Amino acid sequence: MLKKLLTLWTLLAALCAAGPALAQTAPDELVRQISNDVIDSVKADKAIQAGDVGRIIALVDTKVMPSVNFQRMTSSAVGRYWKTASPEQQARLQQEFKILLVRTYAGALTQVKEQTVQLKPMRGSPTDTEVVVRTEIKGKGDPIQLDYRLEKAGDAWKIYDVNVLGVWLVEQYRNSFAQEIGSNGIDGLIAKLAERNSKAAAAKS
Amino acid sequence: MRAIQRWLLVAALLAASAAAGAADADASAADADAPPARQSDGQRLDPWEPFNRRVFQFNDDVDDAIVHPVANVYKKVLPEIVRIGVLNFYRNFADGWSAVNHLLQGKAASGFEMGLRFAWNSTFGVFGLIDMASELGLERQSEDFGQTLGRWGFASGPYLVLPIFGASTVRDAIALPLDRAMTPGALVSGGANRLGIAGVELISVRADYLAATQLLDEIALDRYSFVRDAYLSRRRSLVYDGDPPDLPEPAAPAPK
Repeated sequence: MLKKLLTLWTLLAALCAAGPALAQTAPDELVRQISNDVIDSVKADKAIQAGDVGRIIALVDTKVMPSVNFQRMTSSAVGRYWKTASPEQQARLQQEFKILLVRTYAGALTQVKEQTVQLKPMRGSPTDTEVVVRTEIKGKGDPIQLDYRLEKAGDAWKIYDVNVLGVWLVEQYRNSFAQEIGSNGIDGLIAKLAERNSKAAAAKS
Repeated sequence: MRAIQRWLLVAALLAASAAAGAADADASAADADAPPARQSDGQRLDPWEPFNRRVFQFNDDVDDAIVHPVANVYKKVLPEIVRIGVLNFYRNFADGWSAVNHLLQGKAASGFEMGLRFAWNSTFGVFGLIDMASELGLERQSEDFGQTLGRWGFASGPYLVLPIFGASTVRDAIALPLDRAMTPGALVSGGANRLGIAGVELISVRADYLAATQLLDEIALDRYSFVRDAYLSRRRSLVYDGDPPDLPEPAAPAPK
């Protein structure tokens, strides 16, 4: 009994100590942790290496999404039309956009073998609330540029844009989204995203 | 004699690109590298969209009919080690040319590194077939003449889709003949030989991108504008070595 209490107490103490430390993780450290975490998980998971999208989504949900401000990503990609969308439309947009991006990510993850992540030196001052963390994925072949934009939300840092090989994803989709909304409205965009997602899912199975 | 002709060509190209750059500076609205206020950037830089879309379609048709099927067979038939060797051979030439472009951009250290990489792979890597230099930490830092022109301050000019070569801009298209002059295909004599060597290059590169283009089909809402926007962003990023200055937030667009 006493032993159990002791264990519990130790656990609690550990949590209390880890809590603030976790919240104050520097943005580059956060990116490094997530990257390594994801790479290690992929290396240990044959299903993911084989391209199991369900498993990849689960991995992204547990390891990556807690540190992503996905609402900001979506609203920024939708741009000025975001405010005119109903809450239901906004939720649908987020849902479909997430699947679209995770599929992109899934394709890249199946290629992970010998990769390591290298952080480039960060600029900016400690008081910044928005920073860019620049990394390089090194492995076989040429290094791949992978950068992140992060914002400080309370004590935690959240990713709100990703740059792959010089292309910021949110910016990249902003044009496509505007084009689609311009001709078919917000529901048109949702339908288009859903169609792309279901077509890709059908092609995979 | 051929060398002289080549340099005359370079001089003529430079003059043309200077003119194009100046015209861009005047128009300033068509400047990708320092726009005053950004609208929908892809569209703003694509005044020839109807023409470009036709060429894009043409390239797709050629790809569907010939290049893609041949690349598929190429990938199925040849073992990976051979395909990598072929790509390495072509990329080694590009590395040598990258070294020159680093120097032209005043980047002595990376120019030296790429020069060393080229020399190392050309000798110990058996004419570039094996990428020995990467093992030594001499990683590829690619530069082409389009990037050099960008570094020198030439604006990208409007987006341009070229037959077979695909996505480009006026600046990159002006640089292209010189970039192509430094490839294995251009260094042999005889039209058939040149075409053959360039053909193998096309197929080997296409085979390397089979997965990427399949992904493109899945994630792009409109492939044409997706490729255009990605190309323009990536080229701009490359001109600034992966760290371009921020663009101003998009201006409120005019209501449609």
